[in-house]
Amino acid sequence: MAQIIVVTSGKGGVGKTTTTAALGAALARNGQNVAVVDFDVGLRNLDLVMGVERRVVFDLINVVQGDATLHQALIRDKRCETLSILPASQTRDKDSLTAEGVSRVMEELREKFDWILCDSPAGIERGAQLAMHHADHAVIVTNPEVSSVRDSDRIVGMLDSRTARAEQGERVEKHLLLTRYDPARAARDEMLSVDDVIDILSVPLLGVVPESEDVLKASNVGAPVTLAAPNSAPAKAYFEAVRRLEGEELPVSIPTEKRGLLDFIFKKRGA
Amino acid sequence: MSFLDNFFSRKKPSSSAVARNRLQILLAHERGVSGEDDTTLLRTLHREILEVLARHVSVDQDNVNIKLDRGQNCSTLEIDIQVPETGLRAQVSTLAPDLK
Repeated sequence: MAQIIVVTSGKGGVGKTTTTAALGAALARNGQNVAVVDFDVGLRNLDLVMGVERRVVFDLINVVQGDATLHQALIRDKRCETLSILPASQTRDKDSLTAEGVSRVMEELREKFDWILCDSPAGIERGAQLAMHHADHAVIVTNPEVSSVRDSDRIVGMLDSRTARAEQGERVEKHLLLTRYDPARAARDEMLSVDDVIDILSVPLLGVVPESEDVLKASNVGAPVTLAAPNSAPAKAYFEAVRRLEGEELPVSIPTEKRGLLDFIFKKRGA
Repeated sequence: MSFLDNFFSRKKPSSSAVARNRLQILLAHERGVSGEDDTTLLRTLHREILEVLARHVSVDQDNVNIKLDRGQNCSTLEIDIQVPETGLRAQVSTLAPDLK
């Protein structure tokens, strides 16, 4: 049975697109058939982060409106053949997405893939609601920072009330993914800790992705971080998150501060 | 040095602790506002409590305050009713003859 995951956050710039690409590629590397779908109409970026921006011919809106078939619009990743991307439209406006059209495309995707990851636009309006509507799971991407946590709380409320599952009296399974986590600052109590965010949001933890230059490097070259730098700390966190999504029970590793000898000698300075 | 550290740090809680407290207070409030179930519950309670009170004492609508605090493990319902001294006495005296 295909699983639809919405990657959402409310706030912009917290790492939704990076996460969609990284989780999608990690699932595909495990041999799963994966489609990543960009719902950010007018501001598409998943194509760029995945490095397929020059191969876009048709997009989600063309398929929703019946101008192209799903097969024509899906772009197959060249590094990972079980990974496909359905880009958003860059020129059309978000009102071109109809609820019925999106339902139809989602049903068709369910037949073809094991996992469908929907990259939600920021905000809590129509685009974000359409992206979450069909979801079985939600990955709530949150930074350990007050405005991001507040917006995530709004999204949690919407997942419990405005989704197809909520309307049928069921629940969307929610997962908290903490990104841009800086262990050094958390150790100095300058940043909300992992436990603080879990306590406040009451959503089970899927993973903690440390702030890392590897993420920017990967997007520079147009590759999900799990493909560009599979041994980097953020990629490891995403691989672990994927194992948990696939149903494995394993403890979440919390990134700790990396310390060289000099840091160790001068550790008082940081504390 | 360590006593100096303690001296200075005790004055100011860490910024992450401030963030956590601010968020907890804010979200407790926002969840209350957005939860439509809670506001209808409070409105119903307010109306029915006034009805019961009106049978025995005269209470002004503004003197009945109901507050609901949703916590993770435990929620508290706070009902605050201010009864005017004169209103209470007047009603009791009219009841008194019947009791004899």
